[in-house]
Amino acid sequence: MRAFAVAVFIVIAGILPAGAAEIAFPALSGRVVDQANILSSQTKQNLTATLEGLEKATTNQMVVVTLASLQGQAIEDYGYQLGRSWGIGRAGKNNGVLLIVAPKERGVRIEVGYGLEGTITDALARGLIEQEILPRFRDNDYDGGVRAGVTTLTQIMMGDAKTASRLTEVGTRKVAPTDGNWTWPLILFIVMFFVLPRFVRGGGFRGRRLGGIGGGGFGRSSGGGFRGGGGSFGGGGASGRW
Amino acid sequence: MSRITKFLAVAVTGLLLAACGVNEVPKLDEEVNAAWSQVENQYQRRADLIPNLVETVKGYAAQERETLTAVVEARAQATQMKIPADILTNRAALDQFEKLQASMTSALSRLLVVSERYPELKSNQSFLSLQSQLEGTENRIAVARRDYIEAVRKYNTELRTIPGRWIAAIFYPDPKVKENLRAPEGSSTPPRVNFGK
Repeated sequence: MRAFAVAVFIVIAGILPAGAAEIAFPALSGRVVDQANILSSQTKQNLTATLEGLEKATTNQMVVVTLASLQGQAIEDYGYQLGRSWGIGRAGKNNGVLLIVAPKERGVRIEVGYGLEGTITDALARGLIEQEILPRFRDNDYDGGVRAGVTTLTQIMMGDAKTASRLTEVGTRKVAPTDGNWTWPLILFIVMFFVLPRFVRGGGFRGRRLGGIGGGGFGRSSGGGFRGGGGSFGGGGASGRW
Repeated sequence: MSRITKFLAVAVTGLLLAACGVNEVPKLDEEVNAAWSQVENQYQRRADLIPNLVETVKGYAAQERETLTAVVEARAQATQMKIPADILTNRAALDQFEKLQASMTSALSRLLVVSERYPELKSNQSFLSLQSQLEGTENRIAVARRDYIEAVRKYNTELRTIPGRWIAAIFYPDPKVKENLRAPEGSSTPPRVNFGK
């Protein structure tokens, strides 16, 4: 009986491709994948709108993902493989960003695609996590932390040098005052100019089409179907724990 | 008529060859080379960070001379190594490369541990920035190494298993099995320092 079990194990082990099969990634259901169920639906809607606007304006794809579990992996190891498996960012440009939250392991990571490593440097990602995200997560304010992170990353990718330089001044100034007076106008701006016109032109909200339609184009997200454009990741970014 | 037949024969043979993967060996070969240059690249990037890091640490913790010298020496040795063109099929050279980089890794992590004792250094802006760049680079090194290992695995499998083996014997008599890295450097343990808590 035991020999049989061993034999079965060997057969199974032989079938599984070495190394690759251990991690199960959540499905890319949209720009916000809340597997851990920690974000309010209001936040999810706002984030999706912001991220859609970001892609329209810069072609950069950013996805927020919360994970039920890292399945025993370090968040750094999980992150780049998830980014590659989803193919976030455009194929030639590799301009994808992931904001990964693993509440169970109390880890957060900004995973930066090859093409954005110059815009979102490691030091910047680190500063952003330490100053904007972790203080809120420590207060159990996941919505606030994720929103602050996304807003700031969006500002940086839109070319806001002031925010960028403030964030690399890690340590000298602790938790900077929230850009409260900045955030909502920006989101409103994006929604008004990038998101709303689409619905208006498209004749209203026709319900979400599921699956990656988009006719060969990437990130064209017709009616909510969203998928990666084939971008790749090489381990850029930073992580933090709370 | 016979010309057309000949043409067709050549075309069909070509298609068949392409279908059975005659291009697979050079393609995988290129992938291995690309993965390797990424590995070298990231190690170089780490080496480039070190002079600034050493200068910054010196400003606050000059008494840690031993640790600092160890880092400088490890860097000098690693960057002075002439990487032979055949490193990917040369076990000894690859081992040498690995040894030098590993001693740099350990010298660096010692430096970061030591710098924990200097609060002023720890709150120095350029130190913090260098530290996060270093962490990021260690992570990139780990990714590049894993990609290389995977690329070599695919290439070697192609050369050793049946269709690829025959194809290689006929069309590419020279390719050799590539040497792989011994193990992925533990990416889960880049020199990590908590600051700010």
